[in-house]
Amino acid sequence: MDDREQRIAETRRIVDQYKTTQGALIPCLQHLQNTFGYLPAEALETASRELSIPLAEIYGVATFYAQFHLSPRGRHIIRICRGTACHVRGSATLLETLKETLHVEENGTTEDRRFTLEPVACLGACGLAPVITVDRKTYGRLGADDLPGILEQYP
Amino acid sequence: MPTYQRQVLICGGTGCVASGSLELQEALKDRLEACGLTDRVLVLQTGCHGICEAGPIVVIHPEGTVYTEVRPEDAAEIVEEHLRRGRHVERLMQRDIHSFYAGQMRLTLQNCGRIDPERIEEYIAYDGYQGLANALFSMTPEEVVEQVALSGLRGRGGGGFPTGKKWEFCARAGGGKKYVICNADEGDPGAFMDRSLLEGDPNAILEGMAIGAYAMGADEGYIYCRTEYPLAVERLHTAIAQAEEYGLLGDNIMGTDFSFHVHIKEGAGAFVCGEETALMASIEGKRGTPRPRPPFPADSGLWGKPTNINNVETWGQIPQIILKGGDWYNAVGTERSRGTKVFALTGKVNNTGLVEVPMGITLREIIFDIGGGIRKGKGFKAVQIGGPSGGCLTEEHLDLPVSYESLSEAGAIMGSGGLVVMDDETCIVDVARFFLEFTQAESCGKCPPCREGTKKMLDILNRITEGEGSPEDIDTLERLAYQIRETSLCGLGQTAPNPVLTTLRYFRDEYMAHIEEKRCPAGVCQALTGYSIDPDRCVGCTKCAQVCPVQAIQGERGTPHSIDRETCIQCGACVKACPVQAISRS
Repeated sequence: MDDREQRIAETRRIVDQYKTTQGALIPCLQHLQNTFGYLPAEALETASRELSIPLAEIYGVATFYAQFHLSPRGRHIIRICRGTACHVRGSATLLETLKETLHVEENGTTEDRRFTLEPVACLGACGLAPVITVDRKTYGRLGADDLPGILEQYP
Repeated sequence: MPTYQRQVLICGGTGCVASGSLELQEALKDRLEACGLTDRVLVLQTGCHGICEAGPIVVIHPEGTVYTEVRPEDAAEIVEEHLRRGRHVERLMQRDIHSFYAGQMRLTLQNCGRIDPERIEEYIAYDGYQGLANALFSMTPEEVVEQVALSGLRGRGGGGFPTGKKWEFCARAGGGKKYVICNADEGDPGAFMDRSLLEGDPNAILEGMAIGAYAMGADEGYIYCRTEYPLAVERLHTAIAQAEEYGLLGDNIMGTDFSFHVHIKEGAGAFVCGEETALMASIEGKRGTPRPRPPFPADSGLWGKPTNINNVETWGQIPQIILKGGDWYNAVGTERSRGTKVFALTGKVNNTGLVEVPMGITLREIIFDIGGGIRKGKGFKAVQIGGPSGGCLTEEHLDLPVSYESLSEAGAIMGSGGLVVMDDETCIVDVARFFLEFTQAESCGKCPPCREGTKKMLDILNRITEGEGSPEDIDTLERLAYQIRETSLCGLGQTAPNPVLTTLRYFRDEYMAHIEEKRCPAGVCQALTGYSIDPDRCVGCTKCAQVCPVQAIQGERGTPHSIDRETCIQCGACVKACPVQAISRS
């Protein structure tokens, strides 16, 4: 089996668990994304057939919510908080610095797939503003000069 | 169960975790083990203590000693000095936290930082589920609704609608299947009270929902929680499983006929899902777009059934209202705004964190007494209250007693309770632009006033902050603001212009400085300000060029350097690096 077929088989197995639940599309997509890291086209096509939901509706949902991704992402996800508290304590500068040093745009992935840079509305750790997270670790009270040392820890 | 001589409570709130409290916990456990004290000292992880700024926080009982800013390397000293010899580690008690707690009245947050949120027994030990027991065994559903109405509690999600009335509508709706929902989609930038409550005391929310379900005749509930809050989701799952095991949730609760099942739905990242009709669409697996009301959820909500939606903080207040009575709650606060409100105090204030205060307290008391005043001795400029739907208030409002009415008269709203303090280095036009950028990006696009109108307003604000504004822009902004407010489908659009309207009302001069003088008085807007190197002072040491992350600084060693303003991202790293203070902002 090639990658594509494997993904289709895996999708079938996952979707099966959601067939009988009301309103299960979003949890099902969350499950698929957790498995593949993003939502591959063949997974959405398979889900559409298996759940009898039109593909257009699935794409409608997948593109509406910020957390669904239709293309592969970096090994490490950098989330930069753009909430109010972080903003007034300088997160715009952090974002600019990250974009410049990684050569990526917002929501972009570096060419070597090492990092994906995602601005988010609020991480809810306003007491430590400005804040970024890399994967599941939170870094607070940051200045632009703290960033190189943090990025180094993620090969 | 073993008894311990001492308990060490370590804050496991998100703020303290980010400051290293988990590493500290490991270090303490290792140290206790090495000293053979594990059977005498219990290490527990609690929810948020509120004063996130001073984290990680450690409290040692029975003495009640509070240590702040504790690092993993302090573990050895705490074990050796405090736990073995009974002497305080003075250097970890330097921070004045008394003033932070003195002005507060912690009702909703009473268990946060006091109990282990992953052990239902601790919640029960502090009267947990006693309110539900009272409701089930000695009150009719109507009496429960009556007590909530009597308490004067209003929706803490921001709307401020009387909770008792809302419950009454749903209770009166035709029989059959009904739902209760907890709105835990806390998306306001600058707000984290719901998160802290869910993480620190998940059982209080579940008990509140169970009481509501009994009062309104529902047998099923949903908690719609942001997926950005993984710890909250995890603790809710734990709490539900434990409550079901004890017969406090599920079928035949406490042996009665009442059954109530709770599900958790993780959101997928859409601010508009905080709006109740959009939230229900999202639970149903659809795009989270709002729909016009009526019909109201109380008549036709989730899957067309009568549904009651309350916010986390509202549900969190219910158990105590039922336990202690509506009268007890009604005695706190102002005439039309009863009880307490939790605020997330952040920005340029010394003590950032969560504060719970009685309604009617002044903004000055919150910011200066509890918050400890403005950072670095700077001047107070404004406080942004209510997030993207709220407004900026000024010096003249500092003595305003905080209530739903007073804030709305001043042009702001209570909102979910975000309080972002701004000093004189904050540009008010930039803040307004920031909020418009947020609401514009989060607009679901269903109705044109919100979709197109906020875009247009943002374009204008961008132009002004880039020094391209014209005097007519102010009129256009105001006209658009009123139109969007009047014609948008849901709360997101209806309130999106608020930050612009209040800043225009109180800081029009600052807009005019950007437009007419092409000047940003606070020195924030990049197009209007920039760093430059004084060639007479510069010694050509190259230190600035070395730290510049974008190579915007040029110059030979030994000769004066210069900054390319086009490339410069104004991070200020060069200013810190310069040994001769040759770099300044203009």
